[in-house]
Amino acid sequence: MTEPLLFELSSPGRVGCRLPELDVPEAPLPEKLLRQELALPEVSEREVVQHFTRLSQLNFSIDTGFYPLGSCTMKYNPKLHEEVARLAGFTEIHPWQSESMVQGALQLMYELQQYLAEITGLPGVSLQPVAGAHGELTGMLIVRAYHLHRGDEGRSVVLVPDSAHGTNPATAAMCGYEVLTVPSDSRGNMDAHELERVMDETVAGLMLTNPNTLGLFEEHILQVADIVHEAGGLIYCDGANMNALLGIAKPGELGTDVLHLNLHKTFSTPHGGGGPGGGATAVTEELTPFLPVPVVALRQEQETGTRYYLDHGRPLSIGRVSGFNGNFGVMVKAYAYLRSLGASGLRQVSENAVLNANYLLHQLKGYYFLPYDRLCLHECVFSGRSQAKLGVQTVDIAKRLIDLGFHPPTVYFPLIVDEALMIEPTETESLETLDAFVSAMRQIAREAETEPELVRDAPHTTPVSRLDEATAARKPNLKWEG
Amino acid sequence: MSSYIPNTDADRRRMLETLGLDSLEELFEVIPARQRYPHLDLAQPLAEMEVRKLLHGLAEENADLDHHPCFLGAGAYHHFVPAVVDCIVRRGEFYTAYTPYQPEVSQGTLTSIYEFQTMVCELTGMDVANASMYDGATALAEAGLMAARVTRRDGLIVASTLHPSYRQVLRTYTQGIGLDIREVGYGEDGGVEFQQAEQLLDEGMAGLMVQYPNFLGSLEDLLPLSELVHAVGALLVVCVDPIALGLLRPPGEQRADIVVGEGQSLGNPLSFGGPYVGLFACRQKYLRQMPGRLVGMTTDTTGRRGFVLTLQPREQHIRREKATSNICTNEALVALAVTTYLAIMGKHGLRQVAELCYHKAHYAAQQIVALPGYERLFGQFFKEFVIRTPSPPTEVNAHLGERGIIGGYELARDYPQLTDCLLLCVTEMNTREEIDRLVRALGEIGSGA
Repeated sequence: MTEPLLFELSSPGRVGCRLPELDVPEAPLPEKLLRQELALPEVSEREVVQHFTRLSQLNFSIDTGFYPLGSCTMKYNPKLHEEVARLAGFTEIHPWQSESMVQGALQLMYELQQYLAEITGLPGVSLQPVAGAHGELTGMLIVRAYHLHRGDEGRSVVLVPDSAHGTNPATAAMCGYEVLTVPSDSRGNMDAHELERVMDETVAGLMLTNPNTLGLFEEHILQVADIVHEAGGLIYCDGANMNALLGIAKPGELGTDVLHLNLHKTFSTPHGGGGPGGGATAVTEELTPFLPVPVVALRQEQETGTRYYLDHGRPLSIGRVSGFNGNFGVMVKAYAYLRSLGASGLRQVSENAVLNANYLLHQLKGYYFLPYDRLCLHECVFSGRSQAKLGVQTVDIAKRLIDLGFHPPTVYFPLIVDEALMIEPTETESLETLDAFVSAMRQIAREAETEPELVRDAPHTTPVSRLDEATAARKPNLKWEG
Repeated sequence: MSSYIPNTDADRRRMLETLGLDSLEELFEVIPARQRYPHLDLAQPLAEMEVRKLLHGLAEENADLDHHPCFLGAGAYHHFVPAVVDCIVRRGEFYTAYTPYQPEVSQGTLTSIYEFQTMVCELTGMDVANASMYDGATALAEAGLMAARVTRRDGLIVASTLHPSYRQVLRTYTQGIGLDIREVGYGEDGGVEFQQAEQLLDEGMAGLMVQYPNFLGSLEDLLPLSELVHAVGALLVVCVDPIALGLLRPPGEQRADIVVGEGQSLGNPLSFGGPYVGLFACRQKYLRQMPGRLVGMTTDTTGRRGFVLTLQPREQHIRREKATSNICTNEALVALAVTTYLAIMGKHGLRQVAELCYHKAHYAAQQIVALPGYERLFGQFFKEFVIRTPSPPTEVNAHLGERGIIGGYELARDYPQLTDCLLLCVTEMNTREEIDRLVRALGEIGSGA
């Protein structure tokens, strides 16, 4: 039995929340502008709680199991963060309140900017972007503003490796650029020779993910940076995979000019089922004037001493990228995380994330095809092509994992690996969990040979079985009409 | 070792042995040696107890609205959030889940998004709504881009009474594509200057973008505007305060084509500006030009009802540079708070919240206007209104601040012609006693005390 919808639970006259009586005289309502009908559900508090609690139980989550979703960094979300982010001093403050009333919030933002600058080796940080793709947009608009400011108006192309996240080319297009795809080489790096061939004065920049979506560190990164910079381009680094590099390398020292971070991946703020995120964007000193307004700054005042403020006086800024100061609630969690870990803790994060990924790579090699056989960083990418030959597709492997108690890895991405399975264990999983996952994956590899229909029909244990996505798209039913 | 890392030294040794390695360092030899293991100058790690104390300290440095009556709005609103809302969004099954790419294990999130889409359509009077955008400002910017796609035109007319930050974000978002954005002013009643709009609208314009109620609080009939806009084949984009829609005629009934809005007021705290959530709804015929995720109802292999992400070929992970937007992660958990809020408030509750705001705001306005030296500008309003103050607004706010009251928004920031004006906001959170306190404090200024 699936959970009924709120609209099916609704019964005329039921009330969920009682509000106070009006304590002022009534004013005449603007009759001409009133609505006649408002068909929201009528349900009691008890039913609302039951409904959403039951719905929650239909979800897989980090709190309930292993979530090795590649490129998503589904690490444990510390409970302390949830508590501190809900302090009234953080939640009950208005974004337009005068700066003197919100010094604690501004201090937190200022220090978070400093920490992220230190970790990335890029001194200018904006906390305003609220998601990874939003940080990308911010970053690429900065690239554009930089070239235009120098009077360099002929740059209309952005290079994107074929292994890149879809957000990269989509972002470049939103910034008005033409996208040119650069292929990968046989070791899973972006092909540096091909880059050299296409790089010229029409190219605004390269959008690079490092480690890339194969979980591999770009072996020619310094050479790549030289090629791009010598032709006057900039390097945008998609920091989605920063969990591999904390305290291991600073992107700013590897030639990156602009980078976005996913606070909801690397810095352990929860994904929330698809947001809210945090897409803090860091840039070199040279690009700092172009950051979105406002940024949090610090000045010394005679009377009050140190004072944090929102700096709007930045004439070269690309402008605002969101309505207010960014996802402040997310920043509080990332800040708490960084204060808990410090430099030594951050390095341990990446060391353990990388060790866990290599352990899985090693234990699954021989069971699944490994297209790039070298040490990986925070994630490893297999191909289900051997199983596909037996009539078991990667999607089937993913669904069968659900039966065995695991969330599937990212599948069919990166696009350059057929039947891709992209596995990212993160540092917060134990050896026991990894071993259990290895057993499950090996079992499925065996089942693909001996009982393929068991895998093809999976999942068998979920509230619903495989859903008809084709009909959903052909005849869209996007709202309840009774 | 941090308590968030379960593996022990013995575990790590075993794993390294399995890999045939002697040390963790060997895993990182691919990193150029000179750049490997940089020094990080960060604060020393702290224990949970210490972090908690530190964060309490920072929180206490802020003057929060639990202790200060607030009459500040301007796009972020202090509304009541029933306890149920946080109880739901605090469930680990919701907040520690990822985007629902595997529908069999994500029916909780998917079902709630479907309910969200349905309720956003109901509130706005539109045909289809997406799963959320980042916030009101970016939803508006995406609506501008979408209007340009739909009409294949590159001009936009934006009301100067649309939130100033939203207009800035629109300019940021469109600077690469290069849209021609022009502003239309406001008339005496605070509504769009109709004749100017008529002059500006021509067949090069993709749309007219207005706010309802607008940034200055004014309410206007949208029907004449939609007629004007449609006559030249452009779209009417309306940015709403969803609380107001508990009471007011929805833009969908006034022939709007795209409706966006900030959903924060529906069950979310102010949080210094975020996380918030963008609402985005439009006419059915523009469905395939929409940005963002959509959830649809379907059936499983045994005919049971279920929900899936659908129409994904509009999105970046499939269409890459041809996608309708680059948006991926949105504001799912905030949208869940909205869904829970609308469920708990329901049909009658939302109307009641809207009426409380309306009556209290009108009471406040009436009392303030009765004070010497104060004047209210513009026509009909909902919960926000503009007052001209006898002393400079900065001084008025400072005076209110000394009395523990958070005053209004200083319009001088964005409107040179309104330098002596404050935008005040009154919601159901403001008791009569608080309003009377505000009026008394304003009276002290008016009388020169």
